[in-house]
Amino acid sequence: MLLNPHQWVSSHADYLYSFAITRINDEELAKDLVQETFLAALQKTGSFEGKSSERTWLTAILKNKIIDVYRKKSQGLKIIDNEEKESREVDFFEEDGHWKAEHGPKEFGIEDKDHLVNKEFEHILQKCMQKLPVLWKAVFTMKHIDEEATETICSELKVTASNFWVIIHRAKVNLRACLQKNWI
Amino acid sequence: MSYLKKIIHNCKQATYLIEKKSIKRLTLREAIELRIHLFGCSFCRIFQKQSHIINNLVKELFKSAMPPNSGLDDTFKKELQEKIEEELNK
Repeated sequence: MLLNPHQWVSSHADYLYSFAITRINDEELAKDLVQETFLAALQKTGSFEGKSSERTWLTAILKNKIIDVYRKKSQGLKIIDNEEKESREVDFFEEDGHWKAEHGPKEFGIEDKDHLVNKEFEHILQKCMQKLPVLWKAVFTMKHIDEEATETICSELKVTASNFWVIIHRAKVNLRACLQKNWI
Repeated sequence: MSYLKKIIHNCKQATYLIEKKSIKRLTLREAIELRIHLFGCSFCRIFQKQSHIINNLVKELFKSAMPPNSGLDDTFKKELQEKIEEELNK
């Protein structure tokens, strides 16, 4: 397996771009990252061992760049994020941990249909994802989409293990509530 | 409040355990607490179902996600390949 930089853009640019855009939702930044990925890759062609495909290798470089973005964004937004967290903590739960009457989960009506791909529902889901605070979205994406190890996520994003679980929980509770609010 | 009552009332803890379970194995104690809670709580049973659906949908969404009109334009690609060639010739 050899690298062929002359074909990189035509073979992989669209793929890398869509990989980036779904994770950071910023077209200009995504373009920059694709470019940076290729340029960084050129600098370290020596580290390509041919064990993985060219695309996998390039994607790994891009992933690290995306994590840098997550890290920067979540640090820059820490203060806002904390405020957001509190306001967002709309408190779905009562003091004793019971669901508040108005926030109790209701059926979406799609639960029992296998693989129903409903465009409208997907669209709302996408919007709801974007509403999550940067750090939550980063943790959620790295875990549920990229299936990274929990330890990796904690060390890359500098969150403690207990904070990780809190974020995973809150992200889902908020995401689900957002779907209920906008779908039903 | 008795220990059992606490488990039965605590949806916050139950949903936390549901999320944890989707990622790693629960301890025996946690698993039992969750079972007891879910047995009596239809809200959290819905939450659990939806949580799984959301995980699957999000995965599919990311995999298939090529949002329309967001492909790279040809000028950008052409310039990018030129930059790469430039680097190669350095």
